[in-house]
Amino acid sequence: MKTDDLVALLARSAGPVDSAASSRQFARTLASGALLSLVAVLLFLGPRPDWRSAMDVPMFWIKLGFPAATAAAAFIVLRRLAYPGMKVGWTMFGPLVPVAIVWAMAATVLLAARPADRLPLILGSSSWQCPSFIAALSLPAFLLALRGLRRLAPTRLALTGAVAGLFAGGAAAFAYALYCIEMQAPFLGVWYVLGMSIPAAAGALLGRRLLHW
Amino acid sequence: MDWQQQANATEQRLRTQLLAGLAGDAAAYQQFLGSLATHLRAFFRRRLFQLPDEVEDLVQETLLAIHGHRHTYRPQQPLTAWVHTIARYKLVDLLRAHSRREALNDPLEEEALEVFAATDAQALEARRDVEVLLNALPQRQRAAVRMLKVDGASVAETAAALGMSESAVKVSVHRSLKALAARFRSNG
Repeated sequence: MKTDDLVALLARSAGPVDSAASSRQFARTLASGALLSLVAVLLFLGPRPDWRSAMDVPMFWIKLGFPAATAAAAFIVLRRLAYPGMKVGWTMFGPLVPVAIVWAMAATVLLAARPADRLPLILGSSSWQCPSFIAALSLPAFLLALRGLRRLAPTRLALTGAVAGLFAGGAAAFAYALYCIEMQAPFLGVWYVLGMSIPAAAGALLGRRLLHW
Repeated sequence: MDWQQQANATEQRLRTQLLAGLAGDAAAYQQFLGSLATHLRAFFRRRLFQLPDEVEDLVQETLLAIHGHRHTYRPQQPLTAWVHTIARYKLVDLLRAHSRREALNDPLEEEALEVFAATDAQALEARRDVEVLLNALPQRQRAAVRMLKVDGASVAETAAALGMSESAVKVSVHRSLKALAARFRSNG
């Protein structure tokens, strides 16, 4: 087909388009993915039995705030990566800030603890269960994030996949934190971070294949 | 107008057309796509001089992509950045697909021939032929010709190395080459 004919054809088939509406739709798709992880935890696992008294402990809120902040920062980056030519710049490092804060807290706790207590602080009582649950719970949010991204136009596919995975991991870790009874920063710094890294790594590996357009 | 002002003017014109098109003005949108096609063609032609046949396909592919993703243009961002990112994405895609195809195919056709055509052996053989010819010259002339013509030394350097005057070097080399040329003609 001649290029001029193609141009005429495309112009004839084009109706009005609302870019703000599609941006809102993207936000809704991602939010509903995060909500699905939350619903899954409440349905299948339930909140921790002592959740009423736990709400008085600051660490309970830190444990919720850490993955929530990671997911929110990843969402901000994702909204830029999804649009061609938008600068990502410093927002790229946003998701690392909550992780850095938790690591600093973990280091403080570990340094203050007696050497014999350090390993138990890290391992807690549910070490391997935590990252596997977070990874599994991130699946619906991850799939919906990919679906939302496919309606837009990311061009750095592996990076976008990784950040989408991090968003889903953060949302899943937030939901899982309602069920999990661990209350130590070193545990968060290792197992929560590992749990969120699994979908992020999967996104980096699959991004090129799943987000190509 | 320098090229930057020109680019700014183009940016503004195209952006106005696109925004009108996004609001539903089909004529403005057609103008936008039409002039975009010419810009893309120039952009790709400069980057695909090895694959000139792919340029027009890539222009159409990119127009389709831009059309299909026109809702991802945000009015607050420069149009150039948006178009350029999409065009580059499609270009890289094409090059990647191309290199994948090349890797699957036996590259015997052109590239292999090229490998054989451009051997160092040719240069080596030429050098050997030169040596054979030079051996026919008297020793002093041979040294002058080798320094000046084969090794690329200057007349002054040759003269100093051989203990001759510069004009003597010139005369000697001139005569030698003449003799060699005559010999080459009678042989070949």
